[in-house]
Amino acid sequence: MTATPLRLDEVHSYYGKSHILQGVTLTVGPGEVVTLLGRNGAGKTTTLKTVSGLVRAAAGRVRFLDADITGARAHAIARSGLALVPEDRGIFGLLTVEENLKIAVRKGSLWTMDDVYRHFPRLKERRRNGGAQLSGGEQQMLSIARALLNGPKLLMLDEPVEGLAPVVVDEIVAQIRDIRSSGIPILLVEQNLAVCTELADRHYILDLGRVVYEGSREEFIADAAVKDRYLGVGA
Amino acid sequence: MIYLFQLMNGIGLGMLYFLLAVGLSVIFGLLHFVNFAHGAFYLLGAYLCYALLQYGVGFWGALVLAAIIVAAIAAVVETGLLKRIYRLDHMYHIVATIGLALMIQEIVIIVWGPVGSSVPAPKALTGAIMLGHFIYPEYRLFVIGFTAVLAAILWWVLEGTRLGAVVRAGSESTDMVSLLGYDINRINTAVFALGAGLAGLAGALAAPIRGVDPFMGVEALAVAFVVVVIGGMGSYTGALIAGLLVGIVQSLMTTLWPAGASLAIYIAMVLVVLVMPRGLLGRA
Ligand SMILES: Nc1ncnc2c1ncn2[C@@H]1O[C@H](COP(=O)(O)OP(=O)(O)OP(=O)(O)O)[C@@H](O)[C@H]1O
Ligand SMILES: [Mg+2]
Repeated sequence: MTATPLRLDEVHSYYGKSHILQGVTLTVGPGEVVTLLGRNGAGKTTTLKTVSGLVRAAAGRVRFLDADITGARAHAIARSGLALVPEDRGIFGLLTVEENLKIAVRKGSLWTMDDVYRHFPRLKERRRNGGAQLSGGEQQMLSIARALLNGPKLLMLDEPVEGLAPVVVDEIVAQIRDIRSSGIPILLVEQNLAVCTELADRHYILDLGRVVYEGSREEFIADAAVKDRYLGVGA
Repeated sequence: MIYLFQLMNGIGLGMLYFLLAVGLSVIFGLLHFVNFAHGAFYLLGAYLCYALLQYGVGFWGALVLAAIIVAAIAAVVETGLLKRIYRLDHMYHIVATIGLALMIQEIVIIVWGPVGSSVPAPKALTGAIMLGHFIYPEYRLFVIGFTAVLAAILWWVLEGTRLGAVVRAGSESTDMVSLLGYDINRINTAVFALGAGLAGLAGALAAPIRGVDPFMGVEALAVAFVVVVIGGMGSYTGALIAGLLVGIVQSLMTTLWPAGASLAIYIAMVLVVLVMPRGLLGRA
């Protein structure tokens, strides 16, 4: 049996005293792209941060490839092959594009610097530029490229196309699709429904820190009521 | 000729100031940690050099050992105490590190007494060269050369190696550095120990020039803060330029108006801060 890339069981998280995640349960299967939807403040980013160890889970279990990683430190989780492309992209503005990539290179990754430059030619053109000089789309590509160099066995993307121009969105969606076809499972947080339905096999909707809906691509496309209720987009 | 002489003095002094301040600056950049114990590491370096020489260790050995021992002590203090308070307000950093500085200073007084001593320069460098009709000690020339080589190595480590890139990255976002698989606690400890070790080395190098006394740490701390403020918090190049600037201003003023030499560096700091609040090369 192949291991389940990611499984969350009744995960609870807090920021100080505010109880944000109130029992999140979800799974990402081998080779799957799964989206996590929900209104602003629903707890999507907090879920990803809890999985990656930036926020401690107060209760519940997080299993990555069947290993319990609940409470492990972020760097250890990253080294075991779980990569997060954060909402703010986390580009180091003082480092050049190439340095941003170099510090992520890890032996054993399926992706090398050459692969990344072939896949993201724009980054190659701009490799001597400082990270702060990149456009939003380029920053997003850099952040994804960096995650790939880190050798992910699961990739988590937090709103990768937020605030980007439509042509750039298409470019990034195409790149995510390529990553999916390489077999790396993806947990995607996204507000752009078109992008979600295009990429994902399954969807979860989070509301007030709980999973309130789970459905396959087809079920979700057909279900206008749920979109209206939890996402505020009457379709 | 007196100006050339004082310029040389200023460069020597300035390079020591750079060595002293660069650790403080990088530590602030990475950890946002205000370290009032930095001067105490300089003090400790100077006294360790002095003590090792007395035990018959050669000068070069004493220099290297003093720096390494200071770095090791700093690593222990960082892991045992300081890393627990990084997350707290700067106020706590200041109180804890002033306490630490006073402890180190008192220990120095208990072990070596309250009165200062002079420290001999290494035998190979006790000679002097003539600058016009001024006598310039070879040891000071050595200090300039040695610190210049060290500054170049440090620059290479910071700008040219993966470790240096990680440290610069860490000054922007420690979370992102962790997400790429680096243990930020270990990086913090390493950088803190390196910065303290450099301050210790600066103290050891300064010992044959100015002797040792238990209060040299306080004076060094003030100078280091002036250099960091002028150069810009967290900036390597800023620390280099500001260190030289402060050293040269101080030396030239010794000729022009001896009483105002120390005052001049604070005036220079105020002027820089008024014109460029973040220092010459500081960032937001
Ligand atoms: N660092 C923090 N400290 C305290 N509360 C926080 C913090 N970060 C987020 N929150 C709160 O936690 C809740 C969930 O935030 P989270 O960022 O996970 O939402 P999200 O679903 O990602 O929203 P968005 O779509 O806006 O990105 C929100 O109410 C938010 O105000
Ligand atoms: Mg979010």
